[in-house]
Amino acid sequence: MSKISDFLGKSARQNVLEALERAEAKNEYHALLSLTKDRALERADAVDRGEITGRLAGVPFVVKDNFLAYGAPTTAASKILENFNAPLQATAVEKLEAEGAICIGKANLDAFAHGGSTENSAFGPTLNAFDKERVAGGSSGGSAVVTALDIVPFALGSDTGGSIREPASFNGVVGVKPTYGTVSRYGVVAMASSTDVIGCFTTDVADSELVMDIMAGQDKKDMTTLPDFFSPISDVKSGQKIGLIKEFMTDDVDTEVRALTTKYVEKLRTNGHIVEEISLPIVAHTLAMYYIIVPAEVSSNLARYDGIRYGKRSDGAKNLAQLYGMSRDEGFMTENKRRIMIGSYVLSSGFFDAYYLKAQKARTLLINDFNKLFTDYDALIGPVSPTPAFKLGENDSDPIKMYLADVMTVPASLAGLPALSVPAGNTDAGLPVGVQLIGPRRSDAKLLALAKSMEDK
Amino acid sequence: MVVMTQISIDDVQHLAQLSSLQLDDSEIEGLRNDLSNILNYVQQLGELDTSGVEPTYQVTDLENVWRDDVVDDYGIDRDRLLALAPASDKNQIKVPKVL
Repeated sequence: MSKISDFLGKSARQNVLEALERAEAKNEYHALLSLTKDRALERADAVDRGEITGRLAGVPFVVKDNFLAYGAPTTAASKILENFNAPLQATAVEKLEAEGAICIGKANLDAFAHGGSTENSAFGPTLNAFDKERVAGGSSGGSAVVTALDIVPFALGSDTGGSIREPASFNGVVGVKPTYGTVSRYGVVAMASSTDVIGCFTTDVADSELVMDIMAGQDKKDMTTLPDFFSPISDVKSGQKIGLIKEFMTDDVDTEVRALTTKYVEKLRTNGHIVEEISLPIVAHTLAMYYIIVPAEVSSNLARYDGIRYGKRSDGAKNLAQLYGMSRDEGFMTENKRRIMIGSYVLSSGFFDAYYLKAQKARTLLINDFNKLFTDYDALIGPVSPTPAFKLGENDSDPIKMYLADVMTVPASLAGLPALSVPAGNTDAGLPVGVQLIGPRRSDAKLLALAKSMEDK
Repeated sequence: MVVMTQISIDDVQHLAQLSSLQLDDSEIEGLRNDLSNILNYVQQLGELDTSGVEPTYQVTDLENVWRDDVVDDYGIDRDRLLALAPASDKNQIKVPKVL
């Protein structure tokens, strides 16, 4: 698979043209919603003239279509933003562009990042890079697939409850969900503000370190960014203590997923690390916390789509109430409506204490349990998802079944912890499986160094 | 004790109103079923003892982040923002009558 270094020191125009050709050739996967050809070529020529230099000079990349970026609409894979041309760019995109990277297109997702398969896109699903009858995972499915298909060496995604890690696992690429607050979210369509993070997909860990190093940092346009802390480290000492989360290795989890996770654990041991089984019983309740807290935040964040200031306005509205109601009904997907309405329910007076407040207290218990483990362990490990990529249509008629695919990824999100999905091998049927490494807050560089030291071992 | 939450058609319509969603009649029964199932699923949180636990609202450990009280247009002018509105007239966004 291609790496960032394969693109450095070459004609940027050639890099971009070839990436666009690969994107066209792989059109059937529907990983991309738009190509930003004109702007990409303009920027490539500026790189070739030496006007733009940097660590990613002439390297093509793709952003999930919930990042505001120039050159194509920012749709969030929704009807309501179908023709929305962003008046600004996300800080993450600006930082990559300042290093010479060239965005060539925008990747498919579940509308507004609500989903775990990319089947909730208003423009149709993305197909898995390894099996076209299976889902890409989600919500950043398009970004994972363009990386796995070698269309570009890296792509950006957002992760609220697993939206980078799960598709990375399903498509055999590296996916990074950093510590909450590592990368500015300015210019990214908000989903659930207390867990949304920006991260990346790459084909190896070193490339993720580079992309994260460029994107990370405090931004005065995003008051939730942490003071600068991320800096790649070259290697990790042997003897790291790692806890294997036993609740993620039960009989409910696919046999091959467990076997590949165990194989990775053995590899850690062979390389001088100490892996012990640990228990984190509260994970049995984290999905329930997540599906209260996140819809609550979704209902607030999606209140801005009103058909007035931007986005699509319903043609049929005769008065203001209809304008809101019809524009939103036509512009959102069913899953968006479910989450907004659940949010309205759990936040309404009479139910607030029983649902929302209860979930936020339970979240404290989860954080405390993680903190206790991190006094003894440097990192935790387990699978990313209970199964490899499932079949298209297999879960999309039952929201709860779809939500259960997130059971292993939401704990790190609710606690704001960094977590990686790294390839652990393929099943007998040839489907990729990822393992998840979770660390204490701000341990991102160490987690990446650990994962890097295990590659090709 | 877990009480099963039953969401009625009226509940769905009330939630839709709170959410500014004018649902099509064909959507209501499906949403009633889905919302009931989701709410019944998340009720398992009742099993956790959270007495005396403080809620977590954010995970940054940051406190008030101040900025200087100066106008910043973030590099975007009025015309570009107005151009995003579905209808505008004389620097104002147009909407249908309110009443």
